[in-house]
Amino acid sequence: MSTQAPVASASAEGAAPDATFEPVIIGFTCNWCSYRAADLAGTARTKYPPNVRLIRLMCSGRLDPTFVLKAFSEGADAVLVSGCHPGECHYIEQNYKALRRFHLLQRTIEALGIEPARLQLVWASAAEGVRLANEIARVTEEVRALGPLNWPAASIVDVDGMELDAVWEATGGDAGGLPATPGGANPKHGAEAIK
Amino acid sequence: MSPTAKSNGRATTAAKPKLAIFGAASCGGCDVAIINIHEHIVDVAAAFDIVLWPTVMDGKYSDIEAMDDGEITVTLVNGSMRTDETVHLSKLLRRKSKFMVAFGSCASEGCIPGLANLSSRKEILDTAFSTTSTDNPDGIRPIWEYQAPEGVLHLPEFEPMLRTLDQVVDVDYTIPGCPPESKQIWAALQAVVAALNGTGPLPPKGSILGAGESTVCDECARKRNVKKIDRFVRIQQVAQFDPEICLLEQGLPCNGPATRDGCGALCPAVGAPCIGCYGAAEGVVDYGARLMSAYASVVEAQKPDEIDKVLDGIVDPAGQFYRFSLAGSLLRSSKAAWNTDGEK
Repeated sequence: MSTQAPVASASAEGAAPDATFEPVIIGFTCNWCSYRAADLAGTARTKYPPNVRLIRLMCSGRLDPTFVLKAFSEGADAVLVSGCHPGECHYIEQNYKALRRFHLLQRTIEALGIEPARLQLVWASAAEGVRLANEIARVTEEVRALGPLNWPAASIVDVDGMELDAVWEATGGDAGGLPATPGGANPKHGAEAIK
Repeated sequence: MSPTAKSNGRATTAAKPKLAIFGAASCGGCDVAIINIHEHIVDVAAAFDIVLWPTVMDGKYSDIEAMDDGEITVTLVNGSMRTDETVHLSKLLRRKSKFMVAFGSCASEGCIPGLANLSSRKEILDTAFSTTSTDNPDGIRPIWEYQAPEGVLHLPEFEPMLRTLDQVVDVDYTIPGCPPESKQIWAALQAVVAALNGTGPLPPKGSILGAGESTVCDECARKRNVKKIDRFVRIQQVAQFDPEICLLEQGLPCNGPATRDGCGALCPAVGAPCIGCYGAAEGVVDYGARLMSAYASVVEAQKPDEIDKVLDGIVDPAGQFYRFSLAGSLLRSSKAAWNTDGEK
């Protein structure tokens, strides 16, 4: 019996991979580069999956680790952090802080049982619309393969009107494992969420 | 008049506000900290009719059940929500109390017992009942319900996850600390008494009592310079730290930057790093996130492999960043806690 948190996706725990699963990815982008890269991708009609919801920050260095943990606890399957290439930060060196927070966060979420691949870092300059689109597509497919995160934390509080036992049942409870169908614990999952 | 007052033969207690001190899943340290207000405990007994304090005096849950709703003025709950019994009694006391206080780290953010949320219930029970250090040849496990000839017996059932008090009931005030400093407890109790007597303001609901509004660093007497950390060390790896300079600057992971003040920075004063028992500083949503942010900002490395080399010095990130606050954190548990490996 391992005393460590098991790092395993839903599919690895016995549930069948679900073809209709559309991951929800929260993307934090920098005002000066990656957000403009996303803009450029749009202007150039470069397609990327609609699974990512981009949020603009003034700098990747603004990324408080709280944002990442809140995204996971409220139903995101993955978080994408994007900023200027090292050495090209609009605020000189704040993207190095983002890089270090990213490394520290990956270690911590792994210790809590979240696959490190659910947190990804992509550097993209304002000219790299195509590169950002390709990276979003790659991350989306990687997360799709991992399956839903279904983190129960957001709904575990009685105040939310949902008793712990209900969450316990919805996430597989004593039988172990996660629900085989999306929407078991988190109604935000599934194809409907993308429409 | 409460049954307790009757049994004590005190005729004048009817007008006194009622106080209950309830220990849920706790170590008893909070009760000791309350006793440590020394002779002031007599003042507490003079100001309140203590209707329940299982650690110190006799009291019956049935007496509480018989009370009217809101009859108890103040209830201090220490300890976390670990079994269905503690959840039930906390809900009962909430109903019977005007003011519910999460007293100490366990009740407010889960504390050390909350680290059990890193393991599944099966793993916890395996460790308690089936490891080589346990003398249990018959493999006996607790059962929550037992049919005895006289009737059905119940044991408090172990909840799948440990919760904080405010994840179970509405909480009016919080007194942080593991345990809260006795002088802070006395200050908080004085504030409550003053409010009840009408000689002081009633703190707004949700207030943190008996603590400051800044960080432990603010109370710490050590000298601080610009922080540039090129290695993290564990305390046993260094023979002697500089007694004057900030411990974090010397590479010792100190939780001061994220931790609420109020303790007097006792640990760093004697050369031990702050471990965060006073909980998150004012305005912090997630304790671990704030600490991660603080550490990452001052690490002196820019290349991914160099960064990893420095961060390797933090050997247990979950324990470092959530030693006291895992159950109260944004994620609240690990994946293991909600996967019991098929246990029934």
